[in-house]
Amino acid sequence: MWAILSILVENKPGILFKVTHLFRARNFNIDSISVGTTENPDYSKMTITTYGDEKQITQIVKQLDKMIDTVKVERLDEHKTVFRELSLFKIKLSNANDSMEVNKLANAYGGKVHDVKKDSLMVELTATPDQIKAFEELAKPFGILDVARTGVAALQRSGA
Amino acid sequence: MNKMENMTGAKALMTAMEKEGVKQVFGLPGGANLPMYDEFNRCDIRHILVRHEQSAAHMADGFGRVSRKPGVCFATSGPGATNILTGIATAQADSAPMVAVTGQVSVNMIGKDAFQESDIIGMANPVVKYAFQPRSASEVPEVVKKGFFIAETGRPGPVLIDVPKDVQTNEEPMNFPDEFKIQGYHPWADPDIVNVEKAIDMLLHAEKPIILAGGGVIISSAFAELQSIAEALMLPVVTTFKGKGAFPETHPLSLGPIGMHGHAEANKMMAEADCVLAIGTRFSDRSVGTFEAFEKRLKIIHMDVDPAEIGKNQNAQIAVIGDVRVNLRVMVKILLQKAIRKSEETPWFKHVQETKAYWKENLKLHPGEMGAAKLLRKLRELLPKESIVTTEVGQHQMWASLFYDVIQPGTFFSSTGLGTMGWGFPAAIGAKVAKPDVPVVDIAGDGSFSMTENSLATAVLEDIPVIVFLLNNSSLGMVAQWQRTFYDRRMTGVEQHSCPDYVKLAQSYGAQGIRAQSMDELDKAIKDALSSDVATVIDIPIDPEEDVLPFVAPGTSLSDMILPS
Repeated sequence: MWAILSILVENKPGILFKVTHLFRARNFNIDSISVGTTENPDYSKMTITTYGDEKQITQIVKQLDKMIDTVKVERLDEHKTVFRELSLFKIKLSNANDSMEVNKLANAYGGKVHDVKKDSLMVELTATPDQIKAFEELAKPFGILDVARTGVAALQRSGA
Repeated sequence: MNKMENMTGAKALMTAMEKEGVKQVFGLPGGANLPMYDEFNRCDIRHILVRHEQSAAHMADGFGRVSRKPGVCFATSGPGATNILTGIATAQADSAPMVAVTGQVSVNMIGKDAFQESDIIGMANPVVKYAFQPRSASEVPEVVKKGFFIAETGRPGPVLIDVPKDVQTNEEPMNFPDEFKIQGYHPWADPDIVNVEKAIDMLLHAEKPIILAGGGVIISSAFAELQSIAEALMLPVVTTFKGKGAFPETHPLSLGPIGMHGHAEANKMMAEADCVLAIGTRFSDRSVGTFEAFEKRLKIIHMDVDPAEIGKNQNAQIAVIGDVRVNLRVMVKILLQKAIRKSEETPWFKHVQETKAYWKENLKLHPGEMGAAKLLRKLRELLPKESIVTTEVGQHQMWASLFYDVIQPGTFFSSTGLGTMGWGFPAAIGAKVAKPDVPVVDIAGDGSFSMTENSLATAVLEDIPVIVFLLNNSSLGMVAQWQRTFYDRRMTGVEQHSCPDYVKLAQSYGAQGIRAQSMDELDKAIKDALSSDVATVIDIPIDPEEDVLPFVAPGTSLSDMILPS
């Protein structure tokens, strides 16, 4: 199963290394990771998505919680959480119609188009990983020249 | 002291350690920790000089396990720091309290590949409970305070404090805080009365209940509570190897350690039990064999201070999180209040006693006069019950598991998690420093002892008279046994050909060296060693072909023991 973990950590050098090393050392895998400071500069928030069975996810949460630099570890319920990932796709334009077609596709997914050139353009898409994956599949026939993804950022909905 | 007195980081470190009650440290000086070493001239902390930093860490580890206060070791930067990593990792694997202090190049040189620079924080992080690197002198007092607190509370472990050289020499106003907060660290939990009650209920309804006591019982000194519960519920007690001696091994309910080299009766009864009260154990593969076979048929009640241990290796029906002594006390109280006391007349108890008696009678031992069982039983016979024993790692360690009975709980220590060869002798030195009034014996093999035998210099020059009980089969015995058993006797890299002569080696360091080739000589040697005021190595040549049996092969279950033929 896929799990979203929200980890509040002290904003100190080396914490990212410790967290990622924990995953490696315990034989877990990181699907995506995003990190940024919070409204309080003493803390950073990491959002890690991972795969595993129930026992593995529970163990990951416990091991993260055990770390002295982690202030709070939460496993977020996918259905009660807003989660998004920013992605940038550089897409090949092979003929005159491609630009219009890619624009339509980007609009359908709420994306923005940047850096339009004769032979390529860039689409910025903020969406769930599933939506990004779907966009990627539809964009593949045009030719994807490059992709950059940020990893998921997530917050639980109020009252959830 | 004026709270904001100016002082250097080095002096602040020593002052803060004195406030923590540190009386001695084990270490080796070098360029990057000299400012701290200079402070030993001006404080009351004794410095015990080692010959290798790995031994400093093992000595601190031995001290910490016996005193249950963090042992302290010092090393310089670069290779000094990397040398103590094995000792730190050993302490981490066995949850031993330790504070390791390393020197580091100056802050402005960090990351420049300076002479004797190593990223020791990066290297150590996976094997420490926490690591600090103060970047200014004024941080030092709080770092030391937090370091000792983290090392000794909750599940104990090693803490590294890496101090850049300019942080040691800079003079700044110092505040020694009495209080501090570590937001993400919550080492204590309230007693879990609800789950303790459920655990009692489960144990009372089980037909074949058993206690599995781990190292957590020793760490939290829950000996009396464990014994009260075992006696009230007439529960047989097996231990993990790290838990050896959590329960008196001469007690009628004791079956001794389970596992790869556990007692036959302990493995048999563990394999037959239907419910286990597992206390302070992580269910190591060496203890329980294959996890799947173990948990399929058992109801497990797991008590542990570390929530992450619950469900890590074994799923538990009931989890009791918190200090095991605190929760065992709750259990004792409930048992007393409800006047719960089981009779000795249960079929399970009778079966346990019969099985135990059978294996005590029928386990085949080495026929020679100097077989391991006879040697270790002789040692047990002559040592006062409060003596402390450490072991090296290898065959001798497992013979100690099988044949050396711990009478007084909490007097047996070994490197059980990382399995570090060379641990026992320096750890014995640390143990002797912690408890100078009791005999301390390192049960050793020649392969393991070879790795840190230069600690004889420390033992002699620092007047720390420990005894090395050296079962010398002139080989790396456990590896040789595996090669005999699993590699069709293709022996590679295991023979040591009686080199060195350990009697002469001991004497060259100024220690006492005695060779014992008969039981009479051994009897005399042990008595001489116990009455000696210098470290003594008793070299005992043994049969290189003697195996440790019973043996549970890796990847099999406890019921699949290889027994002596």
